[in-house]
Amino acid sequence: MSVQAPVLEALTILIAEDSAADLLLLSTIVRRQGHQVLTATNGAEAVEVFTRERPHLVLMDALMPVMDGFEAARRIKQLAGEALVPLIFLTSLRESEALAQCLDAGGDDFLAKPYNPVILAAKINAMDRLRRLQATVLQQRDLIAKHHEYLLHEQRVAKAVFDKVAHSGCINAAPNIRYLQSPYALFNGDLLLAAYTPSGDMHVLLGDFTGHGLPAAVGAMPLAEVFYGMTAKGYGLAQTLREMNAKLKRILPADMFCCATLLCLSTQRRAVEVWNGGMPEGYVHEVATGKRTPLMSRHLPLGVLSAEQFDDSTEVWPMALGDRVFLLSDGVLDTADTNEQLFGAERLLQVFAANREPDRLFEDIEQALAAFRGEVRDDVSMVEITLQAGQSLRATGPLYADSGQSCPLDWSVSFEFRADTLKRYNPLPYLLQLLLEIHGLREQSGALYSVMAELYSNALEHGVLGLDSRLKRDAEGFAQYYRLRNERLAQLDTGFVRVHVQVVPTDTGGTLSLRVEDSGQGFDVEQILARPLDIDRLSGRGLSLVRQLSSTVGWSDGGRSVCVEFCWGALA
Amino acid sequence: MSVEKKVSMDGKTLTIVIKGRFDFSSHQDFRNVYEDVYPKPETVVVDLKETTYMDSSALGMLLLLRDHAGGDKAYIRVVNSSSDVRKILAISNFDKLFDIE
Repeated sequence: MSVQAPVLEALTILIAEDSAADLLLLSTIVRRQGHQVLTATNGAEAVEVFTRERPHLVLMDALMPVMDGFEAARRIKQLAGEALVPLIFLTSLRESEALAQCLDAGGDDFLAKPYNPVILAAKINAMDRLRRLQATVLQQRDLIAKHHEYLLHEQRVAKAVFDKVAHSGCINAAPNIRYLQSPYALFNGDLLLAAYTPSGDMHVLLGDFTGHGLPAAVGAMPLAEVFYGMTAKGYGLAQTLREMNAKLKRILPADMFCCATLLCLSTQRRAVEVWNGGMPEGYVHEVATGKRTPLMSRHLPLGVLSAEQFDDSTEVWPMALGDRVFLLSDGVLDTADTNEQLFGAERLLQVFAANREPDRLFEDIEQALAAFRGEVRDDVSMVEITLQAGQSLRATGPLYADSGQSCPLDWSVSFEFRADTLKRYNPLPYLLQLLLEIHGLREQSGALYSVMAELYSNALEHGVLGLDSRLKRDAEGFAQYYRLRNERLAQLDTGFVRVHVQVVPTDTGGTLSLRVEDSGQGFDVEQILARPLDIDRLSGRGLSLVRQLSSTVGWSDGGRSVCVEFCWGALA
Repeated sequence: MSVEKKVSMDGKTLTIVIKGRFDFSSHQDFRNVYEDVYPKPETVVVDLKETTYMDSSALGMLLLLRDHAGGDKAYIRVVNSSSDVRKILAISNFDKLFDIE
């Protein structure tokens, strides 16, 4: 018996055999090999014993009374289900057809009579190996299924939490935004955020984190927080970008980053300001001419460069009412066909060219992707924002929760911002926060911010930097204007903008006087004010807005000093 | 996909050759070829001549390599990139961090 393979583990083996002599012989051999034996003398009994005892392995005679081995094999295999219960036919049959019938009925092997104990032991061991393998596979499959279900559950929970954060902005509420995002795009790293600034401009971010799954989604939370927090407080793109970059650089590992396009759409200025770091180019679509201006990636993605090296320079493009900005993630362009050909920007431009109904652009793109590939990937994000008139100015109510008992009503303060500060610092969010300590002004925070923003940028751009707003009369001049603005600001070494704030209580409420002075050349107030209020002109819109929103406006010192007033009544 | 390394005779230049798809599946192999090179080479060359595809996690791996090679002080050349691969490097503006030829 030395050649016999050692028994790994004692098995319970069912032997079904109608010949008492054979049954005794086989039982003895199998017991000697260290296994436990159950017996049956016909097929029906075998099925019954199997059901009751669940043996590991079955040795089955083919020809038996009551129920033959073939039928019993079929039933036992059915009862065993997914688990492998090896079934070896005991047979004196010789014809290949009969032997094949054994296997067809679910048998795994056969053993010819008369029995050879060595072969029998080897077969039992071989079948036992298969049985274990199958058990391991099943166990691992169940484990994977369990993990997968767990992962899906985690994603659902994370998505639910994240949807609350991501959609706390205006992405769903704004009538001028349309977007299409795969439901689990977040777990492919795609992120889409939109929110209004206090003056009614809209900030939009489309981002794409490296990688997939939860690692790609974790960076989204801090990014969204910075985006919403800073947009609501009136920070511009440059400061928001700096903060987002610094935060991601600090928290993400070196190989993770976020490609992003950040936009500021301003109905008031009829312009879109853009920063693109690593995203495919989006487009400004001029509806009147059909022209599409690409919004190229000019920067490294967010979270790569240190704060000192980060470049926050943006580009500004003019827009008319009804013009659209279209952004997309690389899932659109990288959709591959069966030959690994990518969809690519050229095919996208063809879809643009063929598009007849602007409102059906997404559907057209989806159709083109489907025709190209057969199905759309699950990391496809597209967003389109239309410049619309009459974006209402909003109060920043939710930011403040105190009751107003300690509200300051009789004070004044003056600031002087000098060249080096003007270059890199935007004082407006700070000033707004200060003024919103006055509860009576909170209702008008949007108007207040818009007026402050206009007066400040007039003082800086037309005053300190000496830029002529008439440059902005056409699209080319518009780009020229913003180029000059950046150049002159970078070279600035003298000049100032002063802001004087005076708050006095009245019988029914209070009055805020805001005076802004600059070190520039001044301007001919009479002549500028005599211009008609022209809503669709690219230049000179600022002053008309200021005149509409504040209760009084007055210039002095040859246009170098401007004073506005805001009044409020008793709080309800 | 395969990642191979060549160290120049003087030990100053490490060349990493990536064949096939350069994506997350090459993560470990890619790290292995530069992490155990001593002394640290002065120049690292990433040869993409036979690289057919590159995704954003490959860009992340290049950043890891740059970090390992000294961050802002590192000098890394990325050579022989195909037009498709070059497009991906260009969109991400990686030419600001790497010498791309």
